[in-house]
Amino acid sequence: MRRRILPGFGLSLGYALAYLGLIVLLPLAALAWKASGIGIGGMLHLLSSPRTLAALRLSFAGAMLAAVINAGFGLLVAWVLVRYRFPGRRLFDALVDLPFALPTAVAGIALTALYAPNGWLGRWLTSWGIQIAYAPPGVILAMVFVGFPFVVRTLQPVLASLDRDVEEAAESLGASHLQTFFRVILPVLVPTLLTGFALALARAVGEYGSVIFIAGNIPMRSEIAPLLIVEKLEEFDYAGAAALGMVMLLASFILLILISRLQRWSGRWAEQLQ
Amino acid sequence: MKKSRVILALLGTVFAASVAARDVTLLNVSYDPTRELYRDINAAFAAQWKAQHGDTVTIQMSHGGSGKQARSVVDGLPADIVTLALAYDIDAVADHGLLARDWQKRLPNNSSPYTSTVVFLVRKGNPKGIRDWADLIKPGVQVITPNPKTSGGARWNFLAAWGYALKQPGGNEAKARAYVQALYQHVPVLDTGARGATNTFAQRGVGDVLVAWESEALLAQQELGKGTFDIVVPSISILAEPPVAVVDSNIDKHGSRAVAEAYVKFLYSPQAQAIEAKNFYRPRLPEVSARYAAQFPKVNTFTIHDVFGHWRQAQAKFFADGAIFDQIGPGH
Repeated sequence: MRRRILPGFGLSLGYALAYLGLIVLLPLAALAWKASGIGIGGMLHLLSSPRTLAALRLSFAGAMLAAVINAGFGLLVAWVLVRYRFPGRRLFDALVDLPFALPTAVAGIALTALYAPNGWLGRWLTSWGIQIAYAPPGVILAMVFVGFPFVVRTLQPVLASLDRDVEEAAESLGASHLQTFFRVILPVLVPTLLTGFALALARAVGEYGSVIFIAGNIPMRSEIAPLLIVEKLEEFDYAGAAALGMVMLLASFILLILISRLQRWSGRWAEQLQ
Repeated sequence: MKKSRVILALLGTVFAASVAARDVTLLNVSYDPTRELYRDINAAFAAQWKAQHGDTVTIQMSHGGSGKQARSVVDGLPADIVTLALAYDIDAVADHGLLARDWQKRLPNNSSPYTSTVVFLVRKGNPKGIRDWADLIKPGVQVITPNPKTSGGARWNFLAAWGYALKQPGGNEAKARAYVQALYQHVPVLDTGARGATNTFAQRGVGDVLVAWESEALLAQQELGKGTFDIVVPSISILAEPPVAVVDSNIDKHGSRAVAEAYVKFLYSPQAQAIEAKNFYRPRLPEVSARYAAQFPKVNTFTIHDVFGHWRQAQAKFFADGAIFDQIGPGH
């Protein structure tokens, strides 16, 4: 065995695994155990219900769209914060973390107050026939809000450590601005961007507190899957709630694995380009 | 010498008193819109208990959605007393063996010391001319009511609408179903709780009419100004009976049976009935109701028992997974 400089590998690994087991795996095991009470037939019945499918579609498609929006605008914000010096930059930078700190219910109420038909923005939007609050766009808006900091905060350190010589070299070798961005900068950023994307996505899929206030919660239209879980609990249907939770967990897990695959490919692609 | 004897005697008295007087703590697990009510009730009960027994009673409260609260008690929240929005939620606690299954027969009036009914809150001047249930399904009328799957209060709303349609001339199950289905087509926002629905209607300005408990409608009117909303009493409505019970296995464990039982009985006393009336719940005692007659207009009501049998049956028929609400609710 290779000698390590710092001792304590066995001890720290043991603690890490025990901690992970206690904090993450044990509750998940309890969930799986509860969910198993529903049986295969119950699971099929649950998954074939149009209402369940509509709620899952809204939760996952909405979260996907919100994560895409966050990836785009998060990259922009991170770029501005890292590359430019302007008055108020530190304040601006601190604002990015607010969605982390705010209780989600407060965020939901604030967004609803703003976008409701009698709200400051909602009033204008309604007069143009655009409905945000109490409709699916409201769900996506809340998801964008809670997921926003992830992309910015993951990208910032990587952007800061980018070697500017490479950009200068690209320009001096005759690359256009666009070529420099898409062929030199972006490939290096993509793996990190995907990490931020995955975090924002995972956050949005599980979001309940803020979405509930703005969604309208109409079945088949603006009802998210976590609300369906709460409804099952209200019916004292613990097994059904746990089963739906398991379905969401599995779907999220598959998505996250796919994203990490994508990350590895993009990492290799970036290496090939350089 | 004399002085020290006096001090000793005094000390002795204080000691004896502190041995005799016990500090008792009760936990009352209640539903959401009873915060104001039980704050007043608890103060009055503690004062009365102190005067009669010399013991200091502290009553802790837990508030939340009725179903969620019942689940917490089932899962081990050590409630001495449950005061929930509907009997079905206390039935669920009883099903897990925490109290006798016939709990509802232990106190007068189906164990509901106070009642409410379902009324309409409309915008000032009633611009859409809402007079009765039939007006709620007119074209262009938007109705706010929370989701009966997540809100105990909303289940009473649903059953009130169903009972109205059933009791119309020529009314039957099919017509009731058609009416309630049409009603939920007019619901643009389905909040998860009663307070949320009140806020959507009052603060966000969504909808023309809020279907709500009278207690909630009166409170909204008081909090948000009498000039902003009008209350419309429909031709017929349901008698909402939020029940109370002591949780046998918990009070026996805590040794708090005497005080817990006194607490729930206190809710029927003239003093408590007046507090309930002041907090917009309809009192049971005729002499107290008479004093608050202006606040509570006469309503033609039916009970769960009259129309739907037992809460368990109503729950299974309307609100269980795949039952009638799932078939005809919004989005259908």
